Amino acid sequence: MSNSLTQYISLFEENRDLICGNSAPALNAPRSEALAIVRSSRLPDKNTEGFEKTSIEEMFAPDYGVNISRVNIPVDVAASFRCDVPSLSTLLAFVINDSFHPTSKLESKLPEGVIFGSLKRIAEEKPSLIEKYYNTVAPAENPAVALNTLLAQDGVMIYVPKGVLVERPLQLVNVFSSPVPLAAFRRILIVLEEGAELQLLVCDHTQDRDRSYLAAQVSEVILGEGSRLEVCSIEESSEKTSRYSRLFVRQESGSHFSFNSTTLTCGTTRNDFSVSLLGEHCETMLAGMVIGSGKMHVDNDSDIRHMAPRCHSNQLFKYVLDEESKGAFEGSIFVAPGARFTEAYQSNRNILASTTAKMHCKPQLEIYNDDVKCSHGATTGQLDTDALFYMRSRGIPESEARTMLMQAFMVDVIDTVHISGLRERLLHLVDRRFSGTLGDCAGCRSKEC
Amino acid sequence: MSKKLLEVRNLHAKVEDKEILRGLNLTVNEGEVHAIMGPNGSGKSTMSGVLAGNPAYTVTEGEAYLHGVNLLELSPEDRSHEGLFLSFQYPVEIPGVSMVNFMRAAVNAKRKYLNEAPLSASDFLKMMRQKRAIVELDNKLASRSVNEGFSGGEKKRNEIFQMAVLEPRLAILDETDSGLDIDALRIVAGGVNKLKTDKNATIVITHYQRLLDYIKPDFVHILYKGRIVKTGGPELALELEEKGYDWIKEENDI
Repeated sequence: MSNSLTQYISLFEENRDLICGNSAPALNAPRSEALAIVRSSRLPDKNTEGFEKTSIEEMFAPDYGVNISRVNIPVDVAASFRCDVPSLSTLLAFVINDSFHPTSKLESKLPEGVIFGSLKRIAEEKPSLIEKYYNTVAPAENPAVALNTLLAQDGVMIYVPKGVLVERPLQLVNVFSSPVPLAAFRRILIVLEEGAELQLLVCDHTQDRDRSYLAAQVSEVILGEGSRLEVCSIEESSEKTSRYSRLFVRQESGSHFSFNSTTLTCGTTRNDFSVSLLGEHCETMLAGMVIGSGKMHVDNDSDIRHMAPRCHSNQLFKYVLDEESKGAFEGSIFVAPGARFTEAYQSNRNILASTTAKMHCKPQLEIYNDDVKCSHGATTGQLDTDALFYMRSRGIPESEARTMLMQAFMVDVIDTVHISGLRERLLHLVDRRFSGTLGDCAGCRSKEC
Repeated sequence: MSKKLLEVRNLHAKVEDKEILRGLNLTVNEGEVHAIMGPNGSGKSTMSGVLAGNPAYTVTEGEAYLHGVNLLELSPEDRSHEGLFLSFQYPVEIPGVSMVNFMRAAVNAKRKYLNEAPLSASDFLKMMRQKRAIVELDNKLASRSVNEGFSGGEKKRNEIFQMAVLEPRLAILDETDSGLDIDALRIVAGGVNKLKTDKNATIVITHYQRLLDYIKPDFVHILYKGRIVKTGGPELALELEEKGYDWIKEENDI
C-alpha cells in the first residue's frame, strides 16, 4: 500500500542540513521527534474515522516541490491583493507560499510589545518565546502535525502582551505563487496574554490558477485569561489548490474566541478546528460559510472540548452547494465530567442548489454530566420554491431571486463577524460570488475596488 | 367601448396528476372589477396561480392573453412586467431579504424590461413613502425582512402596497379578505379602490360577499369544478350569501 509520507521523509533525510540551515534552532529542536512519529504513522484516508469524505493521504500524495532552499519568488503582492477589503484599515502582511513579508513600516505601526512577524525571525531573536509556546497546543503525535513540525521552516508569529488592546485589525494575506507545483508547510502561532485583545483577518489567494498547490498549515492559538480574539478567514483559492488546515486553540478562563471560516472558491479543502476550553466562563463562536460550485470539495470538522464549568460555545455552519460541488461537516461537542453548567450549541444548515451537489453531515455530542444545555441540529434542503415564485411574481428575474435567497441564507453567518467594515465587504463578496462575478482575482484589480 | 385586457379561453390545468381547471373561459375589460366566487376546491387559487405562472401547475390546454400578449409563453417575472399582479392568499415570508431590497429589485427589473434607467436612491425612497401612505403601512415594516413577523393584516396591506408600487394593468386578489378584521379589511379595500382607474382591472377572488361591500364588482362569476358555471351582476353574490352553494352544485352535478 502506498504511503504519501515516504516522499516527505526522504525529502527531509536528504536535505536535513538545508532545511534546518534555512530555519531557526528553536524550530529545528522538535524535528527529530517529529521524524520518528512521521516514520511510524500514516496520514488519514477515507477508511479513517472522521475522514470518510476527504482523504488526506490522497491530498499529500502528488509530487509537489517544497521550497526548502528558500528561493525568493518575486510577487507583486501590493498591486494584486490589497484592494480586496478597501474599506478596512488593517496592519497588513503577506505570506508568499510559506515565507513572511511585512508591508513597509509594519513594525513601527504595531503597539509596543506586539509581535506580528516571521516565525523564523522571532525564533532567532526570541527563542524563549517559541520554546514556551511552540508545539504546546497541537498534539505532537498527530501525523499531520508531526509532518508540519518536520518540514515547516517559517510561518507567522503573533504575540500580544498582557492587557494590550490592538485597535487596528491585523491582516494576513496568504498567496501561492510558484513556477512549479508547490507544497507550503505553514505554521502559525498566536499568543494573547491575559486581557489582550486582537482582531485578525486572513485571506487565501492563488496567483497562478493553472498550477497545483498544497497548503498544509497548522495553527496554534493560546488565549490567556480574559483575552479576546476574533479571526475571520476567507479562502479564495483556485480549483487546483488543496488545503489541509488544522487549528488548535487553548482557552484559559474568561477568554473569548470567535472564528469565522469562509470558503468562496477552492479545489479541495479540509479545515479542522479543535478548541479546548480549559478555564471557566470561556466563550467560543465558531462559524463557517461555504459556497460551492464546479467540483469544489469542502470539508469542515470541529471539535469543541468543554473541560471546565460555565463555558458557552456556539457553532454555526452553512453551505450552499451548486453544480457538482461536495460539502461535508462533522462537528463534535465534548463535555467533560466536571464541566457543569455548560452551554453548547451546534447548527449546520445546507442548501443544495443542484441535483448533482452533495452534502454529508454528522453532528456528535458526548456529554458526561447532567447540568448542561446542549443542542445540535442539521438540515439539508433546496431553496424555498414558494419564496422563489413570490419574488418572480413581483418581477424579480429568477437568477437574481435565487442569488438574493442564497445571500439571505448566509446573513446570520456573516453577522457573526464584528471586525468593522468587514461584514459589508463579506456581503459584497458573497453577492459577487453568487452572481458569478467573483472567481478570478483579476476582478479585484478593476476600478470597482 | 373599453378594450379587452384579459382573455382566457378553454383553460385546462393540473397539479401533479390532478386536473383542476377544466375549460375556464373569462374575459375582463379595462376599467372592470370581476369577482370570482365558489366553494372550496373549485379551482379559484389554481386559476390565479396558473395565470401568474406558478411552476407547480401545468397547463394542458387552452389560451390566456393579457392585452394581446400570450401569457402562457412568459416567465412569471415577464408576466409581472407586462402588468399582471397577484396578491397572495398566503404572502411568503423571506427571512434575510429586506423589504427595501426586495422592492428595489422588483422596480428596477421592471424598468429594465421597459428600457428605462434604474430609479435613483432618493426617487425610489420617495416613491416608497408615497405608496406606503395608500395602505397606511408602517415605515418600520420597510426595514424588516419581507413579511417576516408581520401580522396577518400587515401581510395583506403589504401586498396592496406592492401592487401600488408596481401599478399593474390587471390585479388578481386571491382571498385578500381572509384573516382580516373589519378595520384592516377597510384599509385594504380602500387601497384597492384608490388604485382603480379606467385603464386597469381587478379580479377579486373571495368566499364571502363581505369584501364585495367594499370593492364593488361589475360582474360576479361562480367557479365550480374548474369552470365558470354562472355569471351575473353584484346581486349574484347576495344570492349566494343567502342560499349557499348547494343549488349551484345541484344544477351542475346532474
